Amino acid sequence: MLEAIDVSLVNWSRAQFALTAMYHWIFVPLTLGISFIVAFMETIYVKTGNPEWKKITKFWMTLFGINFAIGVATGIILEFEFGTNWSNYSWFVGDIFGAPLAIEGILAFFMESTFIAIMFFGWKKVSKKVHLAATWLTAIGANLSALWILVANAWMQSPVGMQFNPETARNEMVSFWEVLFSPMAVEKFLHTTSSGFVLAAIFVIGISAWFILKKREIVFARKSIAVAAVFGFLSSIYVIFTGDSSARTIATHQPMKFAAFEGLYNGSERAGLIALGIMSTTDTDESNQNLMDFNMKLEIPNILSYMAYMDWNAFVPGINDLIDGNEKYGIMSAHEKIERGKTAILKLKEFKEAKEAGNTELAESIKAEFQTKDFQENYFKYFGYGYITDPHVLIPSVPLSFYSFHIMVFLGMYFILFFFLSFLFVIRGKLEKHRKFLKLAIWTIPLAYIASQCGWIVAEVGRQPWVIQDLMPTMAAVTKISTSAVQVTFWLFAAIFTVLLIAEVKIMMRQIKIGPKVKEEGGHN
Amino acid sequence: MFENLSHLALQQYWWVIVSLLGALFVFLTFVQGGQTLIYTIGKNDTERSLLVNTLGRKWEFTFTTLVTFGGAFFASFPLFYATSFGGAYWVWMAILFFFIIQAVSYEYRKKPANFLGAKTYEVFLILNGAFATILVGTAVGTFFNGAMFSLNEMNNVQWETPFRGLEAVLTFHNVALGLAVFFLARVLGALYFINSVDDANIYERSKKQLLYNAIPFLVFFLYFLIALLLKDGFAVDPATGTVSMESFKYLHNLLAMPLVTIILLVGVVGVLWGIGATLLKGSESGIWFAGGGTVLVVWMLLLVAGFNNTAFYPSIADLQSSLTIQNASSSHFTLTAMSYVSLFVPFVLAYIWWVWKAMNSKKIDAEEIGEDSHSY
Ligand code: HDD
Ligand code: HEM
Ligand code: HEM
Repeated sequence: MLEAIDVSLVNWSRAQFALTAMYHWIFVPLTLGISFIVAFMETIYVKTGNPEWKKITKFWMTLFGINFAIGVATGIILEFEFGTNWSNYSWFVGDIFGAPLAIEGILAFFMESTFIAIMFFGWKKVSKKVHLAATWLTAIGANLSALWILVANAWMQSPVGMQFNPETARNEMVSFWEVLFSPMAVEKFLHTTSSGFVLAAIFVIGISAWFILKKREIVFARKSIAVAAVFGFLSSIYVIFTGDSSARTIATHQPMKFAAFEGLYNGSERAGLIALGIMSTTDTDESNQNLMDFNMKLEIPNILSYMAYMDWNAFVPGINDLIDGNEKYGIMSAHEKIERGKTAILKLKEFKEAKEAGNTELAESIKAEFQTKDFQENYFKYFGYGYITDPHVLIPSVPLSFYSFHIMVFLGMYFILFFFLSFLFVIRGKLEKHRKFLKLAIWTIPLAYIASQCGWIVAEVGRQPWVIQDLMPTMAAVTKISTSAVQVTFWLFAAIFTVLLIAEVKIMMRQIKIGPKVKEEGGHN
Repeated sequence: MFENLSHLALQQYWWVIVSLLGALFVFLTFVQGGQTLIYTIGKNDTERSLLVNTLGRKWEFTFTTLVTFGGAFFASFPLFYATSFGGAYWVWMAILFFFIIQAVSYEYRKKPANFLGAKTYEVFLILNGAFATILVGTAVGTFFNGAMFSLNEMNNVQWETPFRGLEAVLTFHNVALGLAVFFLARVLGALYFINSVDDANIYERSKKQLLYNAIPFLVFFLYFLIALLLKDGFAVDPATGTVSMESFKYLHNLLAMPLVTIILLVGVVGVLWGIGATLLKGSESGIWFAGGGTVLVVWMLLLVAGFNNTAFYPSIADLQSSLTIQNASSSHFTLTAMSYVSLFVPFVLAYIWWVWKAMNSKKIDAEEIGEDSHSY
């Protein structure tokens, strides 16, 4: 069945998904964070009644609106892409995966899009308090959208709460709460939303810094920075905490991803952490491009073992251990997993054949066997490996994972320092004197976007070749369609999104240049 | 409470909900219909801005309803989601494309430095209004006329034509539904303007457009309905699941489900009443009758497509691959969990209603758009 699928089709479909997801992710983190920042600002306005805060609120709200529109435009594609490009996947796991998507629509998107109407147009139509409530509900709605889609994504990384049904040849949900509260889901939600807060806080500080450099709107800029620096500082600490615990969860659930982004080829006890490194470009293993050793690295001994397992002596498996197996530490070889996966697939086939032949008794007994704990834990668990022929495809791109991860972590540390300085300067009232810092603040904006995109590259590239960890390889998930069709839509989306992105950036820059509206309009609030 | 229902009862419950979402979406395409009328009804820049802003307060509801419809279909009938979206690739991609260009157009149209110019965004709105409605209607037509797919033993979809769903336009019955939806959207759009805009010229022109679009709407809709009653349909044997052709299947469905028939007729009367009262008596609340009627009609038509042992997504390439609410649905567990979620729907509708009321307490006029700091 799988042999018929063209590799280029899989790759173009992946490219299309990556393209649309990465475009979506340009806009989403700002929405997640700035909606809260705006809510804080409006709260201060309502509490103090100071019209300066209303001006501040409205300015950032305008930027929110510009960014939001294009976030919506890119999001709709993603949702339907599961059906259009990953239809086999959609059927195989629709039972579990569809639910969060539906809940997202019902509970989150409606909340966000309804209260946004009041937020934008309701200044004179509802009371101050109701307006403030709408602003908060918009922010909560935006972050609830993130919750459900991230639950879905976390489930792909670490499938839980389901059981395979041989009758329908797919996975069915058996526990909603296990899906919702899996450690992967909780961490993903906390880390991703807080990373959005960090990005938005940097955005607000960077733009405010520009106003100060231009000697415009100083009061406005200072107040904005004060709010954003506090919010950003707390969020960035939180990002590191949640990122660290994500990594720990990954070490147990996706050891290959972990080894890849840590650049760990050969596992060891008391493993060291490679804090910085440049990968060699010469291959040590001809048969596999991925296996490249480091040219230069800065290694901190023992730390990795502690980070991964909270134990300085723990063994951390490397890429080679995961492929070749390591008896001493009880790590199964890829080869063995493939065999077990094949056994599981064969059993499914036998079941189908028995059913087709009308042999109900045999079918029932195979089904019963399929559902035993032993079979589930020792064979079905490796179902997806049955599709794999060459164990080396089980290694994700190490350089991409490694560099993305290290860039993200490095920037994460830098952001804490950045927020700390912003806060320090603003409370001392010395911002205007630190022109270098203000310039740096502007340049930090793109860095926030880079950190954020890198995070997703770690998460998504690192889990290759799986769409669903250990159960379904990407190539089995794809819709059978001509490669040229996917190429056409890829370029179409690339073109339209790029045009819209240019429009968005231009509009955004112009609105920033125009600055906050000086004149306060009439009306009862 | 839901866990005690049978799997079939849950499947029916979810078919009712998904159909209702589809019906609400068709009603909300008054936004799309209105978009196609901005040049016909708005004769100058101010008027056009007035129209665009009036629609701009509602477009997200339509969009979000579509997204939610997709999500709900995915969760409750994943095999349909996989088969139709993966199979009729070009149709859905085209629909999506026309929604991307809509989503930014309101916000960006009047903003300085918007790169493409206001006109382009207006064209985007018109394209979205025209193509999204026609394509969605045509795609829904395949619920009654079938599509060219087959499923293998793993339930993976294969499409039998290289046109990937676009071949649906070759069946006139599908296109008739597409055009009926298009003209209906314009009718509803005109009614919405009459209801919401405080401007004499716009009122007059909307009324004229209402008449011009109501006629083709009725022609296409009646053609679609009559042809539907006369045509063969895709019947499922409840005992074996075998699909076969049955003459007058949809007529039989209506006769077998008298309540559905009655509600359908009430809906038709509602639509006609909304149009008639506006044209003849100068009523300004026609949108509520026509809109409510639209919801009932579409809702009942979708029930006719899926209930009474009918295949709701039939395959004309391989009859036995046809999808029914039973073979395409999620497991009992998922449907149960989702049913609890559905209890939130009335709550969501309530706050939408409240916000809509708060925002529409007064008609929109040129003065409001001018003074408002956030206008499109
Ligand atoms: C401003 C952005 C930002 C910053 C500064 C960080 N992260 Fe991050 N990270 C993300 C933005 C992000 C993200 C975009 O939100 C990701 C992508 C997928 C996800 O769950 O969150 C992510 C993913 C992600 C993953 C992979 C999750 C997975 O595969 O499921 C790990 C292990 C970390 N992060 C760890 C960290 C650590 C240890 C950081 C320490 C400084 C850190 N991140 C800073
Ligand atoms: C918005 C943030 C996201 C970004 C930037 C992102 C990025 C990527 C990238 C770079 C790939 C390509 C990986 C490769 O082929 O090597 C990919 C693939 C994919 N991602 Fe994500 N992703 C995001 C969120 C999600 C979420 C939330 C889901 C699911 C709920 C998801 C599901 C998928 C699927 C199904 C594929 C295609 C199959 C594959 O190549 O594995 N992504 N994504
Ligand atoms: C790959 C899977 C994803 C899918 C299918 C998806 C789907 C969508 C859709 C359909 C919309 C438009 C909603 C509307 O009508 O208002 C949207 C917007 C949004 N999505 Fe996504 N999304 C994905 C990834 C993500 C991720 C990873 C996050 C956050 C962590 C996220 C957060 C949001 C937010 C906050 C919005 C609001 C609009 C905005 O972007 O500014 N989405 N998404």
